Amino acid sequence: MKRPQSACSLRSTCPYCGVGCGVLLAVDDQGALEVRGDPDHPANFGRLCSKGSALSETVSLDDRLLTPRVHGQDTDWDSALDLVATTFKDTIAKHGPDSVAFYVSGQLLTEDYYVANKLMKGFIGSANIDTNSRLCMASTVAGHKRAFGTDTVPGTYEDLDEADVIVLTGSNLAWCHPVLYQRILATRKARPDQKLVVIDPRRTASCDLADLHLPLALGSDVALFNGLLAEIEKRGLIDAEFAKYVSGLDAALVSARADDLAATGLSDDVLAEFFDLWCGTKKVVTIFSQGVNQSSSGTDKVNAITNCHLATGRIGKPGMGPFSVTGQPNAMGGREVGGLANMLACHLDLENADHRNAVKDFWSAPVMPEVAGLKAVEMFKAVGEGKIKALWIIHTNPAVSMPDADKVRDAIAGCDFVVVSDITVATDTARLAHVLLPATGWGEKDGTVTNSDRMMSRQRAVLPAPGLARPDWHQLAEVGRRMGFNAAFEYETPAEIFREYAALSGIAGGFGRDFDISGLADLSNTAYADLAPTRWPVSSGKKGGRFFADGGFFTPDGKGRMLPVAWKPPVAKTEKRYPFRLNTGRIRDQWHTMTRTARSPRLSAHLAEPFVEIHPEDASAQGIGPTALVLLKTPNGRAIVRAMITDRTPKGEVFVPMHWTGENAPSGRIDALVPSVTDPISGQPESKGAVVSVTPFAAKWYGFAISQMPIKPKYDYWALAKTYAGYRVELAGMTVPEDWIEEARTLFGLPDADVQTMLDPAKGTARVAFHVNGALVAALFVSRTPVAVMRDYLAALPGQEVPGVLAGKSPANQPDPGPVLCSCFNVGINTILAAIETRGLMSVEAIGAALDAGTNCGSCRPEISALIAKAQTKEAAE
Amino acid sequence: MPQRLVIVGAGMASGRLLEHLLAQAPEAFDITLFNAEPRGTYNRLMLSPVLAGEISYDEIVTHDDAWYAHHNVTCRFGEWVIAIDREGKRVIGTKGAVPYDRLVIATGSAPYIPPLPGHDLPGVIAYRDVEDTDRMIGLGAGSKAVVIGGGLLGLEAAAGMAARGVEVTVVQRAGHLMNRQLDAPAADLLQQALEARGITVVCNAQSQEILADAAGQARALRLADGSELPCDLVLMAVGIVPSVGLAREAGLRVGQGVCVDDQLLTSDPSIYALGECVEHRGAVFGLVAPLFDQAKVLAQTLRDLPGCFVNKDVSTKLKVTGCDLFSAGDFSEAERRESIVFSDLRAGVYKRLVIENNRLIGAVIYGDTQDGGWFFNLIRDGVDVSALRDTLIFGPAYQDAPKPEPAAPAPVDVPVFMEVLA
Repeated sequence: MKRPQSACSLRSTCPYCGVGCGVLLAVDDQGALEVRGDPDHPANFGRLCSKGSALSETVSLDDRLLTPRVHGQDTDWDSALDLVATTFKDTIAKHGPDSVAFYVSGQLLTEDYYVANKLMKGFIGSANIDTNSRLCMASTVAGHKRAFGTDTVPGTYEDLDEADVIVLTGSNLAWCHPVLYQRILATRKARPDQKLVVIDPRRTASCDLADLHLPLALGSDVALFNGLLAEIEKRGLIDAEFAKYVSGLDAALVSARADDLAATGLSDDVLAEFFDLWCGTKKVVTIFSQGVNQSSSGTDKVNAITNCHLATGRIGKPGMGPFSVTGQPNAMGGREVGGLANMLACHLDLENADHRNAVKDFWSAPVMPEVAGLKAVEMFKAVGEGKIKALWIIHTNPAVSMPDADKVRDAIAGCDFVVVSDITVATDTARLAHVLLPATGWGEKDGTVTNSDRMMSRQRAVLPAPGLARPDWHQLAEVGRRMGFNAAFEYETPAEIFREYAALSGIAGGFGRDFDISGLADLSNTAYADLAPTRWPVSSGKKGGRFFADGGFFTPDGKGRMLPVAWKPPVAKTEKRYPFRLNTGRIRDQWHTMTRTARSPRLSAHLAEPFVEIHPEDASAQGIGPTALVLLKTPNGRAIVRAMITDRTPKGEVFVPMHWTGENAPSGRIDALVPSVTDPISGQPESKGAVVSVTPFAAKWYGFAISQMPIKPKYDYWALAKTYAGYRVELAGMTVPEDWIEEARTLFGLPDADVQTMLDPAKGTARVAFHVNGALVAALFVSRTPVAVMRDYLAALPGQEVPGVLAGKSPANQPDPGPVLCSCFNVGINTILAAIETRGLMSVEAIGAALDAGTNCGSCRPEISALIAKAQTKEAAE
Repeated sequence: MPQRLVIVGAGMASGRLLEHLLAQAPEAFDITLFNAEPRGTYNRLMLSPVLAGEISYDEIVTHDDAWYAHHNVTCRFGEWVIAIDREGKRVIGTKGAVPYDRLVIATGSAPYIPPLPGHDLPGVIAYRDVEDTDRMIGLGAGSKAVVIGGGLLGLEAAAGMAARGVEVTVVQRAGHLMNRQLDAPAADLLQQALEARGITVVCNAQSQEILADAAGQARALRLADGSELPCDLVLMAVGIVPSVGLAREAGLRVGQGVCVDDQLLTSDPSIYALGECVEHRGAVFGLVAPLFDQAKVLAQTLRDLPGCFVNKDVSTKLKVTGCDLFSAGDFSEAERRESIVFSDLRAGVYKRLVIENNRLIGAVIYGDTQDGGWFFNLIRDGVDVSALRDTLIFGPAYQDAPKPEPAAPAPVDVPVFMEVLA
């Protein structure tokens, strides 16, 4: 479906990670969206990563939810909203306010978040609102609060330009926050003395250009930073001047000295080099992300890092400080607005009676919960136990992304009343909803988001709301009104909500909290519409800038707290049955559960199916070959994914991306394998510490399919990816169908199309293609071993007249570009290899000049340089 | 002093022999060429296109009078050879004897005429030469012909006549057309194509009798089931038999054909035999490719150079425009034989390759035969095709495609499975 025509051009913010890049949006006269980096946005200065560059491919209306749906039937808004309001009201009346819950998302704009939080905490009277930020940021929030008194990011992105040493720990910045990584690379180019250190069990893409890589044992970050703290003390680098702003130094040092540095598994040389760099350089920024947060000791890890910065006074000054980078466009906004079950709003504390009463008065709220609500993992346990009887899930996919995801999926499926607000019905979670509410998506909605360095930026609508879709704040406010809270939810515009929020933050400011944007409380509608990126705080007393250079912490005594922390291994222990450690994470070109990025052919081409990174020696010991499928089993669940044999992953550990879902690869729902173990302080799940068995999945047949239309097979393994011509699908199964031609007809739903077949029954090969009016619509390639065909060539064929499709490869005179490496310019590996080999292009710059590859977002530059390095090694060997 | 070489028969094999000899040793022989047909060598294979009206007779003549004159070949065309005087080393023709030092018998073959009642009626012909072709061309549009035999020759004749507006019925004894060259699915496609051009095909049909009209002219073919197929002409196209009469009367060793060794020498040290009349190691010949091989070997032998005829597999092509088929080797079903089948019925393409011990031993192709020669070579050369197997049936165009380095994906951690491994 094509979007209706409209023409405009304006500034907005990218909807992916927490870098918060500014974008310029324009809609051409065909209704197609154009997206460019905003050269004036302070987060990105015009840069975009592969995901941001491909945004225009993600706004099609395919699979969009365009009308409210109740029990699978389309309906109107009034009926749907009345049903939601009455059901929530009845449930609360019958079972109390804690029998309902909202599970929301860092996808929500601040205004949406504010209304959701207000409705739940002020009017329903429960704190059962939690957000998927629990899965990525909660440990940072808890760590910040323990160290600083509030959830404050002390520094700004400018610190990355100023720093002399940048440490990445638990962060594959090159793939997960590529624009920040490119910013660091640009600085290093201008200032080659800036050092980059990566602390990660895996040798990720971020390591390719790093000066030092510390492949520490998974989960041993606390031991490492305790070792660093002890070293800081040993070298006499405790900042005595700053120490007056700090409490807990001695206890922290005692713990640090006592900790077991050997737990890191790092060699003395590597440790010494790291300690020399860190201790010997004043301007150090320690960036951390999910590798730190997603742990049963995530909060301790955060504090092990903040301890080092507090001890040396390296915080809140140019080029110094601990720096958390967030995974969602508005993870920070959600934290600020109180989207987590244990927070209130504007960094006020739910369990502080003064704070609570102030907010209650401000909202004229009838009731306020006095204790924290259920955090995500507890919340879905309560759903499974039937304690939560009405659940509203907004813009997130817990049936995929929660640990123990199969159980969460079953819990949602068993819940009495499930409302899902989303832009699509095609998610594992939306398919379980009783009521589906169509929301406006990115490009259609209007509000603010906060990025990792406290920059509030506007998301603006450039496209009309499709169908009956409405903004989330509107849906929430409507339900609030229909529940009887008319006065509190009389919002007409997001600007009104924002002003109310800003005014409330003034109260927080009055309590001495960090988050105060009261300076924006009187913003006119026009000024709100035109709001330029603004870093908080914005109040009469303070504007933007850094925190804590001169103390001023938000603890009761005003001192920054150092915490005595001790290394603890991940909760799950490897054992004979589960001898490997399972690390999970993200890949370069996908985001979260792929509901948006999977719509982009460009982004789907980089890595088109779920995979497990496994060390060559482990693979060989387990009998896993380079194209094999691998069966992963934990006590919680099982997955089947493709082997990617690489020594980037250490021995004894495997890595699997977390993106794939029941919509595109049901056997790759990796969070189904992750136990619901959480950090006791933050409630954040330990998503990177499961134990797992790794064995070959010996399928009886393997398949590769291309199709103009999406398909939903029922085989043991399948993985669907979008292409420009339709879809490509990997398949495998344990049961060999008797008649492949009939099987293919059923698979593609093509009972009457002209069929072409190639059958080699003795070898187990079957190839079936379907054509309509001479044009290819679908083809299936089956083999007893993983199918060897030119996938990228084939993927482009549907819709064309290709009588030779069943050959599975291009005729000799057509080169095969290979898998896409540069997503921005759609350049394949083979094209780059050919340029290296035949044209002798031996630098990333030369490749860029010749092929454009790597010249936009730059996220493929490490991979291109790896190709060049390999070619050089080969040349040398010859 | 050149040797006296006499060649009996100016078919395609002897035409090829002459070319080799005259090219290699133009002065070595004093050559006399007998031919019962009143003309020299023409491409008999191309009679079907002549019949179909696609080309003219002149275009299929390979050696015309001027060519023979230029090469000083004495032509005795339209003259029958009555006998060979081996003692006197003379060939006796109806117009006189010619002495030889060496003699080549290339008398070819004759159509096999089954002893069906009425087989000798006027209006019953075979399909062998220009005269037969002219008979068929002479049938006017709207007249009816019955072709007995659904093999290569019968079908070409049927298509040729049909192209000229004749209503043709092909009567085939076997269950499907061209049963020696095609399997049933390919033959079905062929039958559909022939039916589409107005030819009626009756398979599993036993011919019983050719019926005559009052004037004694063939008027219908009666089948064993009692049905009658009325016709103006009956064409017998059920096979050929080597023409061995001359050799037999001369006392040479004769089996099904004139027996020759690997040098094409008969039981007489001065007499050689060539072409469809010979029997080599028990085999007789009906297709042109081995005959050309024989001609090449015989040219060596006549020049006293080493040469050895090896009877190789042959492939078949049907020369009916729009019905492309190709058949080679052995494609019968048997244990340890594996088939790769490609089918695209909408496009009218069917291919079956038969593999035994990882070697291609047979191929049947209908519809898209451009790769036939390549398959034929693979069969002939006994190439191990296991590495090509997945793309084998798609032909040579798909064998040399650029292959990404298998290790290429490793440095960027792209799984190897994304690429062709072969």
